[in-house]
Amino acid sequence: MSFFERLRGRKRSAESAKERLQLVLVHDRTDITPAVLEALKDDLLATISRHVEIDPAAVHIDLERDGRAQRLIADIPLRSVSRRRSG
Amino acid sequence: MSTVLTIGSGKGGVGKTTAVANLAVALAASGDKVVCIDGDIGLRNLDVIMGLENRIVYDLVDVVEGRCRLRQAMIRDKHLPELYLIPAAQTRDKNAVSPSDMVRLCDELRGEYDWILIDSPAGIERGFKNAIAPADRVVVVTNPEVSAVRDADRVIGILEAEEKGTPSLILNRLNPIMVKRHDMLSADDVVDLLAVKIIGVVPEDEDVIVAANRGSPVALDQKSRAGQAFRNIAQRLKGIDTPFLALDDQGNLWQRLFAGRK
Repeated sequence: MSFFERLRGRKRSAESAKERLQLVLVHDRTDITPAVLEALKDDLLATISRHVEIDPAAVHIDLERDGRAQRLIADIPLRSVSRRRSG
Repeated sequence: MSTVLTIGSGKGGVGKTTAVANLAVALAASGDKVVCIDGDIGLRNLDVIMGLENRIVYDLVDVVEGRCRLRQAMIRDKHLPELYLIPAAQTRDKNAVSPSDMVRLCDELRGEYDWILIDSPAGIERGFKNAIAPADRVVVVTNPEVSAVRDADRVIGILEAEEKGTPSLILNRLNPIMVKRHDMLSADDVVDLLAVKIIGVVPEDEDVIVAANRGSPVALDQKSRAGQAFRNIAQRLKGIDTPFLALDDQGNLWQRLFAGRK
């Protein structure tokens, strides 16, 4: 990386390599593509919505690395009952 | 007690053969009895790296197909009397040998030798499966580059799926100057990504190419840093706790100034 690239605040290449690899390895290890993850998210939202009220835009579903194991992490904020009643 | 140790990588050109030759030399120099097997049938290279290419009469496929006895295919090293090479066949393909052939061959060597080192071919197909079939331990070699790290991860995943246990890692060809200016993944980065135990970091070193040119592995060169790194890995394989080389003091003043400016 040149001095000028650094002046422009461009990310160091080792950092890019690590970030890109983190994503690639999670998908390589699980065989879950972003499209599969998206479909899974839609199914989850539909199921949960049948029972409780949620805000679909606030839902985050992601794959996380934990050593050599992978986890599916879902963060699903629930709409509070009081707000629903007043609204 | 013999240990069958297979060296793999997934990606080609990361330094598997160099690692096998150097670990073999370092282990044999420390007094152990060592046999190396070139598992790369059709693309053999361990013979030239060890400088034994002119002594080949029989090869691995000759042994497996019964054209010679195992002993006849074992070439004694030029420098070390307790080091042998079983070369790969050059004019055959990987299907000439099966995983059970490799297990049988290694069982015949067990007991007589302390180490049986197997140089796996690149890839994750038949040749690789042959190489890991008899392994008690596997070491994965990688470079601090995206493609090599990704392929190493695949190989580690396959080894875990085949219940070969989690392998240990050699990070080869690390350039400390590039790491220092954050243009190369560091050893910590690679360990964090792959989540396996690291058994050695080998710095990029011109001496490796010079040694290959001469057919005399760099571990025999007492002044080479890469040679030292391989000798240290051999010690760790033997269970002797050996500190890692300090790689950040590399480069002369001019190189350091230059690296800082880039």
